[in-house]
Amino acid sequence: MNKILLIIEREFLTRVKKKSFIIMTVLTPILFAGIMVASIYLSMSTDTELKSIAVVDDSQLFEGKIPDTEYTKFQFIHDKKVDDLKTTYQQDGYYAVLYISHIIASSPDGAILYSEKQPSMDITQHIEGAIKKEIETQKLMSYNIDNLPQILESIKTKVNVRTIKWTKDGEEKESSTLLAMGFAYILSFIIYMLIFLFGSQVMRGVIEEKNNRIVEVIVSSVKPFQLMLGKIIGIASVSMLQIFVWIVLTFGLFTVGSSLLIDKPTDANQTQEVVTNLMEQPGMAQALPITVPTEQSEQAKFMSMLSNINFPLIIGGFVFFFLGGYLLYAAMFAAVGSAVDNEADSQQLVTPITIPLILALLVMASGLKAPDGPLAFWFSMIPFTSPIVMVTRLPYGVPTWQLITSGAILIATFLLFTWLAAKIYRTGILLYGKKYTWKEMWKWIRYSN
Amino acid sequence: MHLLEAKNIEKRYASHLALDDVSVAVPENSIYGLLGPNGAGKTTLIRIINQITGPDKGEVSFMGRPMKADDIYKIGYLPEERGLYKKMKVGEQAIYLARLKGLSRTEAIKRLKYWFEKFEIQAWWDKKVEELSKGMAQKIQFVVTIIHEPSLLIFDEPFSGFDPINANLLKDEILTLKKKGATIIFSTHNMDSVEELCDEISLINKSKNILSGPIDQVRKEYGSNIFDLSFNGNIDSLRAAIDGNYEIVTHKTEGNSSIAQVKVHNYSTDNRLLKMALDAVEITGFNQVVPSMNDIFIQVVQEYNKNHKVVQE
Repeated sequence: MNKILLIIEREFLTRVKKKSFIIMTVLTPILFAGIMVASIYLSMSTDTELKSIAVVDDSQLFEGKIPDTEYTKFQFIHDKKVDDLKTTYQQDGYYAVLYISHIIASSPDGAILYSEKQPSMDITQHIEGAIKKEIETQKLMSYNIDNLPQILESIKTKVNVRTIKWTKDGEEKESSTLLAMGFAYILSFIIYMLIFLFGSQVMRGVIEEKNNRIVEVIVSSVKPFQLMLGKIIGIASVSMLQIFVWIVLTFGLFTVGSSLLIDKPTDANQTQEVVTNLMEQPGMAQALPITVPTEQSEQAKFMSMLSNINFPLIIGGFVFFFLGGYLLYAAMFAAVGSAVDNEADSQQLVTPITIPLILALLVMASGLKAPDGPLAFWFSMIPFTSPIVMVTRLPYGVPTWQLITSGAILIATFLLFTWLAAKIYRTGILLYGKKYTWKEMWKWIRYSN
Repeated sequence: MHLLEAKNIEKRYASHLALDDVSVAVPENSIYGLLGPNGAGKTTLIRIINQITGPDKGEVSFMGRPMKADDIYKIGYLPEERGLYKKMKVGEQAIYLARLKGLSRTEAIKRLKYWFEKFEIQAWWDKKVEELSKGMAQKIQFVVTIIHEPSLLIFDEPFSGFDPINANLLKDEILTLKKKGATIIFSTHNMDSVEELCDEISLINKSKNILSGPIDQVRKEYGSNIFDLSFNGNIDSLRAAIDGNYEIVTHKTEGNSSIAQVKVHNYSTDNRLLKMALDAVEITGFNQVVPSMNDIFIQVVQEYNKNHKVVQE
């Protein structure tokens, strides 16, 4: 056991000290955060097409209270129900339908924006601002103006415009689901790449030891199984460190980057607006710190959508299925590494290993459309594909029993494969000068010792 | 007492029998030569002693009791196929290998410093292995093999890759290790070094141990019938004096003095030869020719292969 720790330590330290590791670890989050910040920035950038939005106002409060903007006009419709508009709004030339229910004053979820395309954050924010301001004004008027700080405190209202997307086949999806989908897509790609990246690092490590001829020196001190396991676990800890740094740095950089790039222009305007409003009424200035945070920035909105996603489950599931998948594939990569003398020879043997991984990516693509369909279900149970497919399903929510079953199958399989791979490995590492086939490796499994 | 005994070892790889009922007994504090052609099974036997692989049949005892897993820390092994991590620094790597053999980090550093100083290679400590020459790497390899002061050392072709000066340095170190009490198994094709270093040998050929014993005994056994006879006088008068039981294989003449190599046949004695020669020439020297290990190796292996051709194929 002691010796395995020593091997893990070496495998870990030699890799972590490498320049390439440090560069990869730092650059990747910059790239990720950059892409995230850029995509939000782009989604916010002004849409210059003129749009009109049909407004159905059940509350009767907002007629003429939602001002048109440079590119967006609001038209109040009285003669149609919102359900009718759902089917006809496009023929009528509307970009979207805004529905304000009569409960708007008491419930923050009282307004819904329907559209086929994803409405820009600008529009939703504009609507939110207008509705909010109107409700606040109405409430203010109904109070005695004397005890203003208390009044301000009591009229604080939150409005969330939920955006619901209408697709051609009539299916309704919430925007946060879109986000989940994008998230799932990214996750599964990352897990695919990581299994490949670190799995082939195990193979390269085995080939290096064999090629350097150091392996016989080492197996005269430790059992081949210990060497193999130490290498696999050592590289696993490298991957864990890297993933941890990636997650922390990506979120950190994203928060910093988005507040620098995105918040400033909008915030400045909003704050300005609030300040002018408040300054018109004496004595209001001291309430400023309370009022400003209620203004929802774009970033905060995005963040609130992110918070709809069950992060602990997804990150936990991601780590578990990555580790399980990595251990399973690393064992196979180690077996391949032991059977060849150099990396060029390994290609032929690696191909059968990569097929299930690529298959999993294909299944994942369809799994995104039907995350609970039979295809996604079965491939999230098969251990060779479950790490990718199950992680894809995670953001949509997966029944607990399926998670546990899939996890258990994965653990059982990697234990079996590690045992088999060890048998191939201990024979392979001591044989030189020939490229071996899977058939010959199968024979090694049956050698007694 | 025998430090290591392997009894009736058999090892099979698929259809190939690598070791067939091989027994060796290595006396304590000796240098034991493990000889044999390529592919005879030496490396398999060494790997079994190192517990890298296990025998199908037979048993290995160490210090008079069956071998345990822990015993690998009392063995130092320098394999023929050897190398180091190219990208790792020399010192770091030596510490790692020493720790794998059970030394603590501080103890490893202490002992490595001593050896690096002794071999005058301290300057390499922070170099990467890929910057070293092959001979330099071999030196480091030797140091890490003996660093844990094992009671049994196994060297497989230790001199390959060394220049004559460093080979001598190594030879001296091996003898010093023996003096300090270590037992050494020494596998090589270099028969000169076998003659120089080994106390006992085993010759493995075609998966079998075909010749074992103390080296002097082996050499005498195979050389008991050839004598060098130095004399003053005529070679022809010598030839005329001896009978058919004796055969002059070669002879060299320098002026009046000659040396003849005489083979003794049919269990005749060297005394009778002398008696007959005394009358014909003036004898100045007479001694038994001890054959080189090289000759014995070739003779024994070829004879064995001739006799076992049918069985093997």
